[in-house]
Amino acid sequence: MMDVPWLAWSVVLPLLGGALSLLAGRHAGRVAALSGLSTLGAVGALVAQVARDGVIRHAAGAWPVPLGIELRADGFAAVMLAAIAAVGVAATFYALGPLGPPAALARRFIPLWLFGWGALDALVLSADVFNLYVTLELTTLVAVALIALAGGRAALSAALGYLLFALGGSLAYLLGAALLYGSHATLDLGVLAGVLDGRPATVVALALMIGGLCLKSALFPLHGWLPPAYAGAPTYAAVLLAGLIGKAPLYLLLRLWFEMVPPALRPTPGLLLGALGAAAVLWTSLVALRQSSLKRLLAYSSLGQLGYLFLALTVGSDEAWAGAVYLLVAHAAASAAMFMAVGVIEGRIHDDRISALEGLARHLPASFFTMALAGLTLMGLPPSGGFVAKWLLVRAAVEAERWAVVGVLVVGSVLAAGYVFRVLKVAFRVPSTAGPGPGRDSDAAPPGTSPRGAVALALLLAFASVALGVAADLPLSLLAGGPR
Amino acid sequence: VSQWALYAVSGCVWFAIGMWGLFAQRHLVRKILAANVAGSGLFLVFIAMARRAPAEAADPVPHALVLTGIVVSVSATALALAIARRLAEVGDRNDGDDGEAAATRPELER
Repeated sequence: MMDVPWLAWSVVLPLLGGALSLLAGRHAGRVAALSGLSTLGAVGALVAQVARDGVIRHAAGAWPVPLGIELRADGFAAVMLAAIAAVGVAATFYALGPLGPPAALARRFIPLWLFGWGALDALVLSADVFNLYVTLELTTLVAVALIALAGGRAALSAALGYLLFALGGSLAYLLGAALLYGSHATLDLGVLAGVLDGRPATVVALALMIGGLCLKSALFPLHGWLPPAYAGAPTYAAVLLAGLIGKAPLYLLLRLWFEMVPPALRPTPGLLLGALGAAAVLWTSLVALRQSSLKRLLAYSSLGQLGYLFLALTVGSDEAWAGAVYLLVAHAAASAAMFMAVGVIEGRIHDDRISALEGLARHLPASFFTMALAGLTLMGLPPSGGFVAKWLLVRAAVEAERWAVVGVLVVGSVLAAGYVFRVLKVAFRVPSTAGPGPGRDSDAAPPGTSPRGAVALALLLAFASVALGVAADLPLSLLAGGPR
Repeated sequence: VSQWALYAVSGCVWFAIGMWGLFAQRHLVRKILAANVAGSGLFLVFIAMARRAPAEAADPVPHALVLTGIVVSVSATALALAIARRLAEVGDRNDGDDGEAAATRPELER
């Protein structure tokens, strides 16, 4: 029992589920449920192993490192895997319910998502620059297919835009990897971390890799391709895109920056990335304030939240790193909960406009409570997970005397409060009885009922994003070692 | 100039031309082709990195990486072409063309 390679299982189980679900016909839903729950179990066992033994390695197929592929799980990987598994299981059950794809589409969606889950787990467990490229590319292909799944011109052109930008990013990353191999003859992250120096070839290689990842993660100012993708995708797919798949390039960026880029090379590019991150926080939050569509508002909000990670790069301490990782995890739960709640609302009023939410909180109290709870993390208010993340970032910034970073964190939180309250204000507004406006009579309950399971799953994830603030000890203890 | 440096440098130039095309071209099929041009240049760089001392055989690892890279690039191209074709079909029929689609389209082809 001691030596079960749980890290291999956490990749194999979703892939196996994906393959079986292709064969299972109308039982594909059961295969997905089983595969999701067993993956959650394997990841749980792996997290316990990492908490007990520290870093765990596994040579796939018993081939040693120079020839074979090594899987490696450290505290960072364990925290990310746990977040992927928890949000993944909730999103899977959400998509299997009435708000998921219709039966004909479900047969395509289920294998696609399970393969995507396997790719995400493989990405987190990879420790070699080329494997990271392959797994990142797999998550991109899955994301594009998920966006295009429902068809329609808006979704298709958003999917193609996403693919072309991501392709540009990964080509740059791969050229960087080729140059690194050319000058150091290894692709292993750990080995590279020890040998990188200030040689021009190394600097160019790192710039290409980091730049490619910035493009892939939609860093300001090249972020315009992402909101149409999140808004055009079916909502059950947007849950996965915003919650999990969009986090993949950011995860990789944190790994490379803190573990591979030599500290001597960090200051100048760190300042540049920090400036772009600050611009992303401020600009995209302002744009979010002005959106008329709820899904677009959430997409811009996601862009703003990722800007904080780039602030962590510029601060650069272990504490800033822990804050960035925590933000990644808390935002995964919160944004998935938000999009799930949007799906519930869409199921009732078939309208994505914020103005159509008027007075709706009386009829869908649980969904707007979900938004308020998840909104705590976006605003960084206690006791949410977002608060812990921002607390760590602020402390690190104060210690490094980066007052501009502190300022951006504060202003960004105020702007986030602005767009969260803007939605809630409309929803909680009591419709005026004097002279009903044109269109829907907003006092009457919208027809139909909301699926209880979907409402509960959204609420569960929103509570999870708050619980990350209340019970921060366990995840933080896994991160205590700092970046390797 | 040694042979491998010639390959490596021309691969980088090739890559740059492709990347320029990916962002500067307006037509979707041209963008997809440009991504493939950039990919080919990239693979040439990888092959050049396989050089060793003249008497020794070439390093097989970059060759294996290029093979994997080609598989990834073919899949991405296939997906892009399939979506582009579907997009052309949807556009030709010209139904269900809502306002949002019209708004995102020029952005994509810029």
